[in-house]
Amino acid sequence: MYEQIASNKRKTFLLIFGAIVLLGAVGYVLGLFYASGVIGLVGAVALALVLSLVSFFSGDRIVLASTRAKEVTPQEQPRLHNIVEGLSIAAGIPEPRVYLVPEQAPNAFATGRNPEHSSIAVTQGLLDTMNRVELEGVIGHELSHVVDRDILVGTIVATLIGAVVLISEFFMRSWWWGGFRGRRGGDGGGGGAEAIVFAFGLVLLVLAPIIGSIVQLAVSRQREYLADAQGAMLTRYPPGLASALRKISASSGIPMRSANNATAHLWLSQPSRIQGEGMGPLEKLFSTHPPIEERIRRLEEM
Amino acid sequence: MPLWLWIVVILVALLLLGAVLIYNRLVALRARVNNGWSQIDVQLRRRYDLIPNLVTTVQGYASHEREVFENVTQARTRAIDANAVPDQADAENQVTRGLRQLMAVAENYPELKANENFLALQEELTGTESKIAFARQFYNDQVMRLNTLIGSFPSNVIANTFGFQTREFFDIEDPVRAPSEVEFPG
Repeated sequence: MYEQIASNKRKTFLLIFGAIVLLGAVGYVLGLFYASGVIGLVGAVALALVLSLVSFFSGDRIVLASTRAKEVTPQEQPRLHNIVEGLSIAAGIPEPRVYLVPEQAPNAFATGRNPEHSSIAVTQGLLDTMNRVELEGVIGHELSHVVDRDILVGTIVATLIGAVVLISEFFMRSWWWGGFRGRRGGDGGGGGAEAIVFAFGLVLLVLAPIIGSIVQLAVSRQREYLADAQGAMLTRYPPGLASALRKISASSGIPMRSANNATAHLWLSQPSRIQGEGMGPLEKLFSTHPPIEERIRRLEEM
Repeated sequence: MPLWLWIVVILVALLLLGAVLIYNRLVALRARVNNGWSQIDVQLRRRYDLIPNLVTTVQGYASHEREVFENVTQARTRAIDANAVPDQADAENQVTRGLRQLMAVAENYPELKANENFLALQEELTGTESKIAFARQFYNDQVMRLNTLIGSFPSNVIANTFGFQTREFFDIEDPVRAPSEVEFPG
């Protein structure tokens, strides 16, 4: 398991590096259109640095605020705190802070930058519907995200990919409305090479957000399986989480008001906003989580 | 410098590096084992602190079950005095059995089971017992890793040179972890 954590740290680094390269490329292309590629590149990397730092130090607070989570004390929620503390001991990390989200759909997420600065949030619905063993399964899964530092990847990557999407969209819109007059007026005699760069750049700008999200989502799905397995190692009782997932799956009709696309990948199970939502092949490619039935099957095989 | 000397120097450097890495790993594992043990200790102490409260609360409703109260109180005193790891495990098993008896007695008194103070104590006990189990799990995991490292080649050479010693597993009965057993409501 410790070897897995080390490999996770490397993947984390690669993923963040990849996101920064993508953002830099987008910035470079954008710069080509307006002023110079180098300025765009430098600007984008600077933006990436600022965004990463912001999400490193306060991403957890932003996420918690956006879900309207409230911190709870051991006196208010003794059972929840006892479970979190117990499993933290089993994982060998300090106890994360515990938050309650006022939502009826049963769900949970973890956030923070490292095990020393981490938080776990569960919804009211989760507390109401789960028994102790199931709660342990869910908390074990979330704590594994904390141990693996998935929480850091989750916050930083979400911020970086968000920036790529934002810049590309901004560009597409301004191009749509204004064109790049400055550039076209400046040197009218651009050759074929320039046209190719333009075309290539356009393709990159269109594809960048999509590539970014697909990679992020694939990694996110893989990490869910890993967290399921490690969570079961903590509780030593895989059926607990399996049973919790079954209950969550059964109540997928309950919509979550505070969930949105930016935080979807953080939750234990993908939040649903539309009733009776089915998953087609395209939705599978773009979903942050593996199908619940598959997760239950893997847990039952342990 | 001749080639063979270079080779010797490089080999020695590699060996030293390996030794340093193994040594650091041993130190880290030993620290984790110690940390695991102190976690167990913290949780066991918490349970000792709970017992008098629990006994007093149950006594208020079931004063004639004197034997049960004495059993658990004696087991507690013995556990607090225990020193070595196996002694401690033995004494803790007594405490667990005493507490199980006490809770079984409580089952017979509906007013007691409705008492808010008792319910809070019950959650504390369940929580503490599962924390003892989790702390034990962490401790035993780390002990296993340390003992394996001390026992296997080539790390045993380093371990023997610097006097690293294998540690004992902490084996106690599982009070609440097996879901087939009585699950406290909560």
